[in-house]
Amino acid sequence: MIQLQHYLTIAAFLFCLGLYCVLTRRNAVTILMGIELILNSANLNLIAFSRYTTTAISGQVFALFVIIMAAAEAAIALAIVLNLYKRVNSIDVDEVDMMRG
Amino acid sequence: MLTTLVLILLMPLAAFAIQVFLGRFLPRKGDWLSTGAIGVSLALAVVAFVRSISINDPGMREVFSWRWIEVGTFRASMGILFDNLTAVMLMVVGIVSFLVHLFSIGYMHGDARYGRYFGYLGLFSFSMLGLVLCDNLLALYIFWELVGLCSYLLIGHWYEKKSASDAAMKAFITTRIGDVGMLIGIMIIFAKIGSFRYDDVFRAVADGTLSGSLLTAAGIGIFFGAIGKSAQFPLHVWLPDAMEGPTPVSALIHAATMVAAGVYMVGRLFLLFSPDAMLFIAYIGLTTAVIAASIAIVQTDIKKALAYSTISQLGYMICALGVGGYTAGLFHLMTHAYFKALLFLGSGSVIHALSTQEMPEMGGLRKKMPTTFLTFLAATLAISGVPLFSGFFSKDAILASALEFGMERPAHMIIFILLLITAGVTAFYMFRVVFLTFLGKPRDAHKFEHAHESPRVMTIPLVVLAALSIGSGWGGWFQKLNVKPEIAVYQTARMAGEETAPVHATPAAAGLDATGHAAASPAHGAGHDVHRAHQAHTIAMISSIIVAGLGILLAWAFYGRRRFSPQRAMERLRPIHTLLSRKYYFDELYHAALIRPVLGLSRAFRWFDGAVIDGLVNGSGSLTRLTSWIVGVFDNVVIDGMVNGVATAFVAGGRQLRKIQTGKIQNYLLGFAAVALVILVVRLIRGF
Repeated sequence: MIQLQHYLTIAAFLFCLGLYCVLTRRNAVTILMGIELILNSANLNLIAFSRYTTTAISGQVFALFVIIMAAAEAAIALAIVLNLYKRVNSIDVDEVDMMRG
Repeated sequence: MLTTLVLILLMPLAAFAIQVFLGRFLPRKGDWLSTGAIGVSLALAVVAFVRSISINDPGMREVFSWRWIEVGTFRASMGILFDNLTAVMLMVVGIVSFLVHLFSIGYMHGDARYGRYFGYLGLFSFSMLGLVLCDNLLALYIFWELVGLCSYLLIGHWYEKKSASDAAMKAFITTRIGDVGMLIGIMIIFAKIGSFRYDDVFRAVADGTLSGSLLTAAGIGIFFGAIGKSAQFPLHVWLPDAMEGPTPVSALIHAATMVAAGVYMVGRLFLLFSPDAMLFIAYIGLTTAVIAASIAIVQTDIKKALAYSTISQLGYMICALGVGGYTAGLFHLMTHAYFKALLFLGSGSVIHALSTQEMPEMGGLRKKMPTTFLTFLAATLAISGVPLFSGFFSKDAILASALEFGMERPAHMIIFILLLITAGVTAFYMFRVVFLTFLGKPRDAHKFEHAHESPRVMTIPLVVLAALSIGSGWGGWFQKLNVKPEIAVYQTARMAGEETAPVHATPAAAGLDATGHAAASPAHGAGHDVHRAHQAHTIAMISSIIVAGLGILLAWAFYGRRRFSPQRAMERLRPIHTLLSRKYYFDELYHAALIRPVLGLSRAFRWFDGAVIDGLVNGSGSLTRLTSWIVGVFDNVVIDGMVNGVATAFVAGGRQLRKIQTGKIQNYLLGFAAVALVILVVRLIRGF
């Protein structure tokens, strides 16, 4: 019998993977992918909690919104990456430190 | 009448104004203008005088008064007072001033500042006429100072001479000392009654508003003005020095008019003086008369001798007023004005001819200058009190007043005795002048050769004045018109009704019995007064003729006949002669007692000013500079340091803090994750 804890464990694992990816990858696109992982781990949590604690489906609806928002975010983020590439001829985030104090 | 009086006053002023601004452009530098103006004044004065004579009422009194200054509660009126005394004074001032103008045309001929001289004469005439015409104390004081100013200007006419400019300053400052007293006296009166008008003052005296020691103080204060202006002891020292001025000026200002202003003032304010003040006045006058007459004996400068004679005669008049001889004192004022002006103009004529003032260099001028000699002799006879000359009547009246006073109060008999002796001394020193100047043999042959009679324009004034010196005392008109004023006139009807003392209700009534020697005290019966006055008069007349004769005889014995040698007498009386020729050491005394201390004091004040006051000022300056320097340092170091320090601290902090701003997104995220993790761990440990 699959319990709530299993879902949460999987989600936590996914979140850690995503975070690790975001913190360690230097390719901007890979970082975006890490962000997708984090978002989806959050979605998994929302749906799991909704399924096991209440009869309402607000968690599932919230997950749908997150997916839509993630799509929009990906579009904007890729546009930023494209512009970044045009400007510094690279998508390595370590190269991009114009905001350094 | 008012128009006449105002015109009399304004003619010389107009002449002065024109002379000062346009004198240079006028032909003859405008001497005809000044002389003509004063001539018109004289003519109008004669009109006024004739009016006074024809009314022939001792109580004649016309007052024209108008509002003048009104500031808050301060009110002063201005006005003209015309009575018999004013009429006489207008005549005296007009005649002497006009004749001196005429004389000056000859005497000042070719002078460098001829036009200005006549301008000043005009200003003086205006001031002097104003002084006798005004009806209140404030105006009196103003004109009083104006004549003092003119005196200063004219004494210093030849200001290139150090002695002349010194004498001018001495005259001005010395008379100023007296004037301060006068101002105090006037202010006492004004503070008490709030008016300057003579009438209000007398009314206040009559009804007792102004009385007691305050009245005495006011009287003596005002009399101090006369002490200065009329060269009375102890302020007489300026008048002999004033002889540095041109001789006609000496005749006009320092013999006939200005110096007599003090006498006039005492006469004008006669009712103001309390018995104590009167006694003070009498003794001041007496002291002056005796001291000055004795100094006059040893003078060798003809003008100095005449100057001391003037001081002595002024003392005579003041003393006469002090003992209550109102008519006598003012009578002598008038006759003296004529014969003393004549003496000065005569001496001016001699000086003009010889160019020296030293009598030892003169002698024998009788033949060379007959007109001058005869007129001078007439004046000398008048001043000596030889019968039938004007001076005889007035001097006689003074002696009679003094004798009457002495008979009433035997303690003060000394006044009469000393005045009598002074009369003899006067005759002596005046004849000494005549003998030394006009008679005997010429002592300086060279000067004698060049001597000549003065031109007409100078001799005519002499002749006119000689006629007045002889005749102005005749007929008793003066005594009839100028009787001693009675305080009763100013009492209100109610007060007069309560009065029990007899009956001098009006001056006219008083005039009937007083016959020129008004009673010293109205408290006595009228008949008794008349008797005593008559007796006094007879004794005074006889004794004065005797002493005058003795004086003349002695002068003749010394200087005419040379029976006694003046040299031998001088040797014999060496200490006295030295004392007299040093003028009783008054100048030395004043120099040691007043001038030196004042100079020393001013030097001390100057030191104090330089060392202490300037020290304080400079010290506070330095202190301020020091303080501001310290404040500046504090500002630069501490305040600016704090401000800059804060900035530096932030800059340094920022420099450190910017290092964590790497601009790398992953660093930020790492921090964010770490913090989130820490929060998570803390929550887990402490429990949600």
